[in-house]
Amino acid sequence: MSGAERINLGVEADLAMSGISSAARDKTEARSVKISVKDLNFYYNTHHALKDVSLPIHEKQVTAFIGPSGCGKSTLLRVFNRMYDLYPKQRAEGEVLFDGVNILTPNIDLNLLRARIGMVFQKPTPFPMSIYDNIAFGVKLYERLSSSEMADRVEHSLRRAALWDEVKDKLKQSGLSLSGGQQQRLCIARAVAVEPEVLLLDEPASALDPISTAKIEELIDELKTDYTIAIVTHNMQQAARVSDFTAFMYLGELIEFDRTSTVFTSPALKQTQDYITGRFG
Amino acid sequence: MMNNVRYHTRKVRNVVALSLSLFATLTGLFILTIILATLFINGFDAIKPSIFTEMTPPPGEAGGLLNAIYGSIMLTLVGIVTGTPLGIMAGTYLAEYGRSERIAQIVRFINDILLSAPSIAVGIFIYEIMVAPMGHFSAWAGGMALAVIVVPVVVRTTEDMLNLVPNTLRESASALGTPKWRVISSVCYRAARNGMITGVLLALARISGETAPLLFTALNNQFFSTNMNAPMANLPVVIYQMALSPYDDWQELAWGGALIITIGILALNIVARYLASLGGERR
Amino acid sequence: MSTATDIPPQLIARRSGSGATGDKVFGFLARAAGLGVLLILGGVIVSLTLGAMPAIKAFGLDFFATEAWNPVTEKFGGLAPIFGTLVTSAIAMIVAVPVSFGIAIFLTELCPGWLKRPLGIAIELLAGIPSIIYGIWGLFSFAPFLQIYVQPFLIDTIGNVPIIGALFQGPPYGIGILTAGLILSIMILPFITSVMRDVFETVPAMLRESAYGVGATTWEVVWKVVLPFCSTGVVGGVMLGLGRALGETMAVTFVIGNAHHISASILAPGTTISATIANEFTEAIGDLYTASLIELGLFLFVITFVVLAIARLMLVRLEKKAGG
Repeated sequence: MSGAERINLGVEADLAMSGISSAARDKTEARSVKISVKDLNFYYNTHHALKDVSLPIHEKQVTAFIGPSGCGKSTLLRVFNRMYDLYPKQRAEGEVLFDGVNILTPNIDLNLLRARIGMVFQKPTPFPMSIYDNIAFGVKLYERLSSSEMADRVEHSLRRAALWDEVKDKLKQSGLSLSGGQQQRLCIARAVAVEPEVLLLDEPASALDPISTAKIEELIDELKTDYTIAIVTHNMQQAARVSDFTAFMYLGELIEFDRTSTVFTSPALKQTQDYITGRFG
Repeated sequence: MMNNVRYHTRKVRNVVALSLSLFATLTGLFILTIILATLFINGFDAIKPSIFTEMTPPPGEAGGLLNAIYGSIMLTLVGIVTGTPLGIMAGTYLAEYGRSERIAQIVRFINDILLSAPSIAVGIFIYEIMVAPMGHFSAWAGGMALAVIVVPVVVRTTEDMLNLVPNTLRESASALGTPKWRVISSVCYRAARNGMITGVLLALARISGETAPLLFTALNNQFFSTNMNAPMANLPVVIYQMALSPYDDWQELAWGGALIITIGILALNIVARYLASLGGERR
Repeated sequence: MSTATDIPPQLIARRSGSGATGDKVFGFLARAAGLGVLLILGGVIVSLTLGAMPAIKAFGLDFFATEAWNPVTEKFGGLAPIFGTLVTSAIAMIVAVPVSFGIAIFLTELCPGWLKRPLGIAIELLAGIPSIIYGIWGLFSFAPFLQIYVQPFLIDTIGNVPIIGALFQGPPYGIGILTAGLILSIMILPFITSVMRDVFETVPAMLRESAYGVGATTWEVVWKVVLPFCSTGVVGGVMLGLGRALGETMAVTFVIGNAHHISASILAPGTTISATIANEFTEAIGDLYTASLIELGLFLFVITFVVLAIARLMLVRLEKKAGG
């Protein structure tokens, strides 16, 4: 059966089990999908990196993408905010519906899109500015706030990223003066400050020590009450810990997509099982 | 079975070659020392306070270099202020917009050639488009000639420095919805700031000693003048004139001027170097 | 297909302009500046050509074959300056290239780590000294030195050897073609050295190590492995130096002697294109005189351009080889 059918089966089975009628089930599913990927194909020049990928990203849930190196999970993430647009040799075909709007069409305003879909990268990338300015940077692009409103927004974002207590006395210091884990939380605060609806996290903890990683994972759990989160990780245990839905990818194809609990306890495919138990990858 | 004679020859050849290279290095250092020493010895006597307070004298009389120093400062100022923005924007084009465009390769190629082009040709160029139509020499023309020399230097350093800014930084800014021009101006420029300033300082050092382009643009002026629309005294041309003269006073002043220029350029290089090292440590 | 306008209004209202006009303006300025660089080159070539027109029309190709330079009769020929430029540059290259090569080898193979940086700085210092300093040093120190100690020696020894001796005839002026060539070589020395050093350093460490690994001596590694690997780069660096030498003005003007004259002896005074222009431009009366000087300038610019273009192409090729 195709990936799309498999996906629908899994979610439907879940909703059926929670006793919702099928009519209500359809409504719930449609409303709760924030981003819907349909038959997405992606090319780096001539290299076919994503093949007919289709899946839903559910609102205010954490969706994790796992798979061996080169499977296309980061590529997929970077389609959601059209980051690939910065590079002329990369292109995407298919549909990616964000609140029902296909963001792959040419007349989408990319800057507005990226203000609504935020991204945190693998390595911390603080701007060469003070901590305060790092956070205020994105906000200033789109909103005119008084200095007290801005100060509030900065504090709020830093609190959401669990960084406020550590930096509240040194907001004027350079963002580069923080430790690796703190820098990454700064980047999360920066992304959160512009009040996006979706957060894309591309292996956010892979460059950090275990303690910082644990802090970030706690963060993700809190953040999902307000934001839809898509996270790419090569750490399967992390995916199992933080996510509600998991997508397993291999060589550019979506192999299996389902609730995390299902994928990790009773996956539908042997291939998924093999990856999860470490038989390959 | 090792051939001892053959091996011996090889060893001898090696020692000879390496000794020659050591000798070459020592010769180079020796010459550098001699030049700097001669400069300091001959110029030192000329560095009295009067050199900074008096004008260039008529032949046979004592005087100073005030008008020449002032003129040089004005000319280099015009050159830097005019050439730097153009150079930065062109360097930005090459690094941020031209990655995939064919034209950018041509611009880069041409820029590198202009970097080493004969400066006297630049002088003739400015003469043709400014001095001749205007009917007279001027400090503006001299400044523009220097600007033409500044541009390729700044283009090269700007492009190199911007290329060092990691792409993830640009992507982080784009991911927030930052329009491209702000990514460049607020993030890239800031990250490359030290390197870009170093480039400007190096351009400044380069034009401080340039004589040929000024010979028929700013020309020279015996008196103190602040009129940018007229010939203006400047250190290199004054040195040129005075050194070739048969007068002792003038020759001494020429050495003094030469020493001033050299110290200025060395100072600029040291500052530029220090700034460049700062950029590295930040990470 | 849905468009951006379908996004619910409450999500747009608080966002002000997304910077599209800023992007257009900035992008335009950047592209214009890039074109500006091309315009500078075009401007130089066009203005030099236009300025040289009267002379080109009057003398045609004879300009490059005539030695006479007579402002009174208005007969101008560029042979002497061109000859001088080529000969002084040749002397400069013959002396500077081997020495730069030696210093570059020392820097990359022999130099102890603690010495590398100060030595590199010393080279850059030499490179930063403006040419006028070399000029007056040449006039007041180097030329007298040559005049008293070296030139009489050369005249008395090699000057008496048949054939080659013709190069070393005449009274020891001190100044002249040889002196100018030597000053020029000192000037371009640091430049070629640093390019060569950079070129040598593109050789992958593994390649060098494999050569040492089979028991090659340092010299053999350099001559048989490093040099062949970056040969295009070395040639490119040498040509860059040549390009600089051809266009150099102030270092040469002081010591060349300014005689519109071709002679077999390199101890004689002569002139170069840039020295001629530097000395005579402001005093040139009459369109034909000025135009002849500009024609010399145009010629210089063109040959320098060609040399530098070839140099760049070779260096680019080396980069590709080392990177790929």
